[in-house]
Parts: sequence; C-alpha cells; structure tokens
Amino acid sequence: MTANLLLFKITLLVYFVATICYLIGVISRKEGVRQSAVWILISGFGVHCVTIVVRWCSSGAAPVASLHESLSFFAWALIGTYLLFYWRYRTVMLGAFITPLALSLMIIGTNQSAQAPALNPMLDSWWFPVHVTLAFLGHAVFAIAAAAGIMYLLQERMLKSKKFSGLFYRLPSLDTLDSMNYKCLTFGFPLMTMGIISGAIWANSAWGGYWRWDPKETWALITWFIYAALLHGRLTIGWRGRRAAIVAIIGFCLLLFTFFGVNMFLSGEHSFRNFTGQ
Amino acid sequence: MHIVVIGLSHKTAPVEIREKLAFAPTAMERPLRQMLELSTINEGLIISTCNRVELCAVTKEPDAAIAELRRFLAEYHEVSPEEISENLFDYQGEEAIRHLFRVSSSLDSMVLGEPQILGQIKTAYGYAAEFKTAGLILNRFLHKAFSVAKRVRTETAIASNAVSVSFAAVELARKIFDRLDNKGVMIIGAGEMCELAARHFVTNGISKVLVTNRTFERAEKLAAEFEGKAVPFDSFVDHLAEVDIIMTSTGAPNFILGKRQMEEVLKRRKNRPMFLIDIAVPRDIDPKVNDISNTYLYDVDDLQGVVQANLKERQKEAGKAEAIVEQEIGQFHLWLGNLEVKPTVIALRRKLEEIRQQELEKTFGNLKDLTGKQRKSIEAMAGAIINKILHKPTAILKNSQNDTSGEDYVDAVRTLFDLTAVADDDQEIKPLDDPDQA
Repeated sequence: MTANLLLFKITLLVYFVATICYLIGVISRKEGVRQSAVWILISGFGVHCVTIVVRWCSSGAAPVASLHESLSFFAWALIGTYLLFYWRYRTVMLGAFITPLALSLMIIGTNQSAQAPALNPMLDSWWFPVHVTLAFLGHAVFAIAAAAGIMYLLQERMLKSKKFSGLFYRLPSLDTLDSMNYKCLTFGFPLMTMGIISGAIWANSAWGGYWRWDPKETWALITWFIYAALLHGRLTIGWRGRRAAIVAIIGFCLLLFTFFGVNMFLSGEHSFRNFTGQ
Repeated sequence: MHIVVIGLSHKTAPVEIREKLAFAPTAMERPLRQMLELSTINEGLIISTCNRVELCAVTKEPDAAIAELRRFLAEYHEVSPEEISENLFDYQGEEAIRHLFRVSSSLDSMVLGEPQILGQIKTAYGYAAEFKTAGLILNRFLHKAFSVAKRVRTETAIASNAVSVSFAAVELARKIFDRLDNKGVMIIGAGEMCELAARHFVTNGISKVLVTNRTFERAEKLAAEFEGKAVPFDSFVDHLAEVDIIMTSTGAPNFILGKRQMEEVLKRRKNRPMFLIDIAVPRDIDPKVNDISNTYLYDVDDLQGVVQANLKERQKEAGKAEAIVEQEIGQFHLWLGNLEVKPTVIALRRKLEEIRQQELEKTFGNLKDLTGKQRKSIEAMAGAIINKILHKPTAILKNSQNDTSGEDYVDAVRTLFDLTAVADDDQEIKPLDDPDQA
C-alpha cells in the first residue's frame, strides 16, 4: 500500500469515527459527545489535507482527475466548508448531516481505482484544476445549504405543529438556518457560475468549442437556473424560510445527480473514462 | 458525629404555617446563637426561604437533637410543638446528607431545577459562618452540597428550558428569531400576563415596544413603562408590519385579527417571520393564521404545552441528578465516618506498623549475619519507638472525644498521616478533593 493510500484509509477511518460521534450527538443529551465529534472531525480533516498534498506532489497534477481523486476532493471541500460554518455559527447539528455525506463519498472513493491516472494530454491545461476546484467548492457550499434546509424544515414543522421532540432543543433557530441558506447562496452561486465559465474556457481549449450540450453540461445548467431562481426570489420577492429551504434541497439533489447520475446513466465528455483514456 | 435536619417545606406545610415559622433574614444572629446553646447541638445552620424552613445541625446524639430542635423551632416562634409536629420532617445520618444535597441541587424545589435555592442556601451558610455556628463538619458539608449542586447543574440539563408561560414565549421567540435585540413587539390589550411576558421580552433585549388598547390612556401608561410607543386601537393593524412579535390579551368576544389581515401584513414584511402569542380567552387571533407560512401562532394552551414538554425534559434529567447525589453521599458519608476517634487510632497504628515491617525487612536485607537474638531486639526497638511516639497523640485523641475539638484533631491526624486513602471495607477511595473545584 502506498503512503498515499494509507493516508486515505486513515482519513476514512477518522471520518467514520467522527460521523458516529455526530450521530450519537443528535440523540445524546451530553454536550461532551458533540464537542469531541468536532475535534475528531478537525483531526480527520488535517490528515485529509496531508493526503491531498502528498498525492498532488507525487503525481505532479492537481488530484482531481480520476473518480477516486474527485470524490476525495469533494469530501475534503465538504468537511472544510462545514468547519468554516461551524466556526461562524457553532452549530454542531449541521455536522450530523454533512459527515455522513462526506463519509459516503469517501467510501465510494475506496472502491474506485486509486491509481494516479495518466492524464489524457488533451485535458492537460491549467483550466482543468481551476474548473474542478471551483465546481466542487460550489457543491460543498450547496450541500451545507441543503443540510440547513433539512434542519429548517424539521424545526419549522415542530414550531408549527407545537409538538417538540428532543431535537427541538438542539437545532438552531429558524433565523440562523435561514441566514445560512442565504450565506451559502451568496458564496455558492458565484463559485458555481465561475466553475461553469472556467469549464467552458477549458472546453474551448481542449475541444475547440465552449459549449457542446453534453448531458453533464445540460444538467449543470438546469441546476444553475434553479439556484439563480432562488437567489432572485430571495433578493426581490422575499422568498425565504420554508420555500428557500425546499429549493436548496432540490438544487442539491440535482447537483448530486449531475455528478453521479450523469456519469452512470448518460455518457458524454465528462465521463471519467474519457479523462484517463482507459 | 451525626448530621440531622429538621424542618418543613412546601411539600409538608401550607403557606400559613410556613410563614409562621420563617426566620427574618435580617436577624439571623439570635436564632443561630440560641440554637447552638441547645445541649445536644455542636454546629448549626438555618435555611429560611418562602418555600422552606430547615434547621441543620451536627450532634453526637441524633435522636435527642431532633427532639430538641423540634421544640426549639416551635418555642422560638411561640407556637405549640404539637401544632406543627405533623408538618415537620426530620432526617439523620445518610438521609440528612441526601436531603440537603437534593435541596441545594433544586431536586426538592416546587419548580424542579429553579436556580434561586442554591443562592439562598449560600446566604444561610454565610450567616452560620459569620456567627461561627458552622464548624469543621458543616463547613465541609455545605461546600460539598454546593459542589454537588454545581455538578448537577453542569452535567444535567435540569435547569434548562423555561417552565413558565411567559418565559416559554421568550424561548420560542429565540427559536424563531435567534436574536431579539433588533426585534419589535406589539402588545394588544393590557392583561397582566401580557405585561409580564413583555417585561421578559424587554429584559431579553427587545428594543421596540408598541402598545395598543381600547382605552388609549392605558396604552400610553403601559408604553411609558417600557419606553415604548402607544398606538390607537383603531389603526393598530397598520403598525403590525413594523414588529416581529405580537401579544394579545383583549377582552374582545370575537377575533380581532384574521387570516386575510395577517397575509397582508406578511406581504408588507416581505415574509419576514412573525411570532404571535394569543393569551386571551376567548381568543383574539383566528387560529387559521398559523397556516400562513413564516407565521407562528401560539395560544395559551400551546404555551402550556411547551411548558409541560419542558418540565418533562427536566424530569428526565432529574434521574441523572439523583444519581450524582447518590455518588456524592457515599463520599461524604465516608469522610464523616472517618472522623470517629477509635477507627482513626487503629488506622494510625496500622499505618505505622506497616512502615515498621517495611523498614525491618530492608534493614535485615542489608545485615545478613545477624543472630536471631539481635534481630529480636532490633524488632523490639522499632516497636518501642512507635509506642513512644504514639502514646501522647493517642491520649489526646481519646480525650478530645469529650469536647468539640475532637473532629479537628481527627481530621488533622487523617490528613497528616494520609489515612483517608483506605476505607473501612479496604476499598480504595479517591482522596477528597477541594470542594470548590470538584
């Protein structure tokens, strides 16, 4: 096993433990469980950073070319973004949604070939890592928005129906959750937009055309419109709360489909097979 | 030495009796000193709040002390002992320790987990310390009680979540708005409950208060109290969009706020959420308002429901708190038992004997060519040294049993010779740590 793979496995293991702690934290009355969950996750994130740097140095290219690498990077962006939000909002509960997602990405990643791919020379451009990094950071921020959306719906339901479970006492206020939705949108939308533009520029240099309507591009555009509509609705006609939460959840489902579904069910230039010429 | 507690609380006596037996907080010196003059009482403490009056004492004869304290409480307040005897509880030994730990942890309070009682006991202890009626044992006991209360507070959620209707309203507002300092509230009608809730909102940071009432003067009066603004009753609907929280308690027979009106208000607010509290019976606000998105309407029963749910949460925590109390009782009881003279003398002797054996073994290991006779005389010499050293301290310890200095000597000996480490049943226990840090 290479050092890199070992690091990856360690990251996976620490994330696993952190996820368990977060899930226990949801039902437990002990504050200690939630605090330790955060610290375990931070240490896992540290290892993950090292993993990515080591991989980058050994392969010489940004580690986002193969599915294995992309998944790992996606998970990294997700945890990193969550920790930033934790630092700002101090909501541990958010982690109970984010860590299982990141863990699943990592687990899917272990089943993919960890071989550093010989990059298709056609893709060898600086625009490639820029495009992928922006896209994944956008994904991560929107994942937070979706998690905040789920929490909003839960909390709102309890407040409306006046039936409170123990969760009520641990979920943040509606206002906090809604402002998280807005924050995510203001960061995520520019990231996604720049991701799409940089992708178009890269496509032009690689294939000689900015937009080719391959399935991934189409779905990404649909998703982009959803978020554009949400941003517009928020800014102009007072969309907020429940509606904003639902749209954020739908948007993220579409994102996941664009990322996984298109690779699995539809073929196009974005398939990882094409990247590495296998 | 034993700890005894006698007294009465909201659980055993109605307020008519509690008020008769209460001690004035400004004049604690006289009762404390009189209590200490009782023949069986070595140390004393008086806790007197509106919900309980308790006399806590350290004594050698618990049964006699309890009888004496019962009589003292009655005579001090000039009532006949028989009249109140049914209302008085008494505890001794472990029971007494448990009782005071539970009281200070607010497990015995009328409202489970309320925080005032700990402060009241601290004040009571302050008087006992000031007038020197608390000695070694009560000092240790009370500090232990404070640390138990602190543990209960930090390790369980017994004191979290509001258990009054007006506080519950504030807490719900926090769950909707997070911050209240930039929010506004409108009070419609001037019921007492409304006023109380408004006061809670203001102390929790609400910055803007609007008041309306059919009689404009009353609105103005209440508005002045909260440094708010009075608005005419006919046009209050026009101002609803300016505030985030609405509280109503008018005597109107019909709804004064309907769904259509609120939908308009929400539109004007660009859907910023609103929290409506309807404390009036019959209700002031059409319950259908709750169906509007970003609008949360609570009537009196809903708030009661929240309070009940919160109480249930507290009750769940009470079990955990009781477990903490039980743990700490054992520790304290052990310390108290160790203050007895006889076991201390035995423990001291055993300790020195152990040292003698160890040192003899070491010495004999080095001096291998000693004859049996020489060994015997060295052993005897070591024994004689111990006896000589122990003679005077043992005598003093035994004599001290007869006066109040006993525990001080025993405690000193236990500390100096590190005798606290082993309990009677040879079980290893943790040394007692500083009560304030535990």
